[in-house]
Amino acid sequence: MELVLAAAIGVLAASGVWLLLRPRTFQVIIGLTLISYAVNLFIFSIGGLRTGADPVLRDVAGDIAQYADPLPQALVLTAIVIGFATTSLFLVVLLTSRGLTGNDHVDGEDGTP
Amino acid sequence: MSNHLIIAPIITPLLVAALQLLVGERRRRTVVMLSIASCIALVLLAAALLQSVSDEGALTAVYRIGDWPARFGIVLVADRLSVLMVLLTSVLGLALLPYALSRWQHRGGHFQSLLQFLLMGLNGGFLTGDLFNLFVFFEVLLAASYGLVLHGSGARRVSAGLHYIAVNLTASMLFLIGVSLIFGVTGTLNMAALAELIPTVPERTRALLHAGAAILGVAFLIKTAMWPLGFWLPRTYAAASPAVAAMFALMTKVGIYVLLRLSLLLFGDGAGPASTHFGSDWMLWGGVATVAAGIVGMLGARDLAKLAGYNVVISSGTLLGAVGLHQRAVTTGALAYLVISTLAIAAFFLVAGLLASDDDDNTDDSLSLEPYEQLDEASAGEGLYAQEDESRVVISAPIALLGGSFFACTLLLAGLPPLSGFLAKFAMLAPMLETGPRVGAMVLFTLIIVAGFCTVIAMCRAGIQIFWADPDRLFPKVRVSETASILLLLGLCLLLTVVVEAPLRYLRDTARQIHTPAAYIHEVLPPTQEPSP
Repeated sequence: MELVLAAAIGVLAASGVWLLLRPRTFQVIIGLTLISYAVNLFIFSIGGLRTGADPVLRDVAGDIAQYADPLPQALVLTAIVIGFATTSLFLVVLLTSRGLTGNDHVDGEDGTP
Repeated sequence: MSNHLIIAPIITPLLVAALQLLVGERRRRTVVMLSIASCIALVLLAAALLQSVSDEGALTAVYRIGDWPARFGIVLVADRLSVLMVLLTSVLGLALLPYALSRWQHRGGHFQSLLQFLLMGLNGGFLTGDLFNLFVFFEVLLAASYGLVLHGSGARRVSAGLHYIAVNLTASMLFLIGVSLIFGVTGTLNMAALAELIPTVPERTRALLHAGAAILGVAFLIKTAMWPLGFWLPRTYAAASPAVAAMFALMTKVGIYVLLRLSLLLFGDGAGPASTHFGSDWMLWGGVATVAAGIVGMLGARDLAKLAGYNVVISSGTLLGAVGLHQRAVTTGALAYLVISTLAIAAFFLVAGLLASDDDDNTDDSLSLEPYEQLDEASAGEGLYAQEDESRVVISAPIALLGGSFFACTLLLAGLPPLSGFLAKFAMLAPMLETGPRVGAMVLFTLIIVAGFCTVIAMCRAGIQIFWADPDRLFPKVRVSETASILLLLGLCLLLTVVVEAPLRYLRDTARQIHTPAAYIHEVLPPTQEPSP
């Protein structure tokens, strides 16, 4: 499981970085989205991977190691919400830029000083 | 202990901004009044906080949100450094308000509420004692700043804003990776608890902790515009409207604040042999490279706003280098330099905005979408703005005022006597000589002096071109409220030239406090409070 997750994070992050460095806005935003998926998975995995473990203590008895760490899950929730909001904001700016400059370059080839 | 004063600088702008959104853009006077009230209240709150942390008894005040104990809940911590930054933010926000009211707020919607959200994010970032909470406040201030940087629209602004947003979103991802690595190693995100845990981190995972801290540091270094991470800054700041750019002069200082706080708290003298002063060499040499890059950029800058942008870069680099030196006396001077350079750069952005405003009006290809509203309604709106625009009073001799302000900005930014820029720079540079023969300190010292010299050259050249080269040049009309902002900022710098003793004593105590983080840790995590979870 660790290997699959690590590979998934790695592939997402690598594709994201590659897309981020592309010259058009659409590629950049997809790249940012992929990176944020990778980061979210990364945060999720930081509490340790366990199958079928409860995040909240059911009863007082029991080994604390049997439970999943709830904090990374809370963190990843916050990160998802914030990432979603900023990405949608970026989309609006992207569309405005497309309307104003008439092209969708982010590499300085758009004719503005 | 529940001192609600600490959370007030965060709650006030939040409530006011929400109220402004509810009131709506149509009732402009109410919105403006709310803004003014909020900014004045913020200055008063910050002054009250300053008063409360100034007396020897309570140097640090802790506010537990929801009254959860510090390890489980989020804490806000007001110590001398964070209160100083909150005060600086509030004063800058208040000082910029008249300028923003005079014409810039009419170039787009929701300027006032975005400004309030920005103030909330800044204050929250300064006051929080939790790394993830810091991330949230950073996102609040960044989201507001995205809106503000686009304020006024136009192709140049949107194109620069696009880069700014992309860079900052990437930096936020690095922030998250760094935070989660640190959490993975230590199991906490509370800054004080982290400082307590770092000396005990086993050797096996220490490399991971350092990697997390380094990635986190890169996120802040992007915001501080360290070379080579800072190429986004001059173009964005030059494209933003002057009032916004002046407020952004503080935004790079947020990165400096966090680096200063975390490097001294987490990797200070008590962090164990392997972690002590982790990353400080990087900051020192990064600062040196940033100052050098800023000098080159400044000498090549052709318009005033770019010149101001490179001044921001130089000031960031200087502060980074000073933080990297880890000397208490240097930190004192660096804090003084931080305050003065922020105020002076803000004033310079405003002056540059006034000097360039004529060209800006003509060439600015502002947003020309098809009108949503009926035409008569739009023109009625115009009339409404004109009626409510209380700042139509025009000053008759703008050249004297603009020239004088430009000259004062030059003195302050270059650090020439007799103004406070010189005092701050001297307070920072003099202890560097006493640290003994350290190569980094010597290089930084030399470069800061050279940077001051080059600032004089670049500013003189710009000044001659503007004020002397063309005798027929017509200066734009200057309104009283715009002048009020500039005079307020420069007046503060002048005041700090005369009143030196008390502020310097405060800064010295601040430096002493952040260089001995044991008291901070003790205050946030009282040892008897919990029987170890």
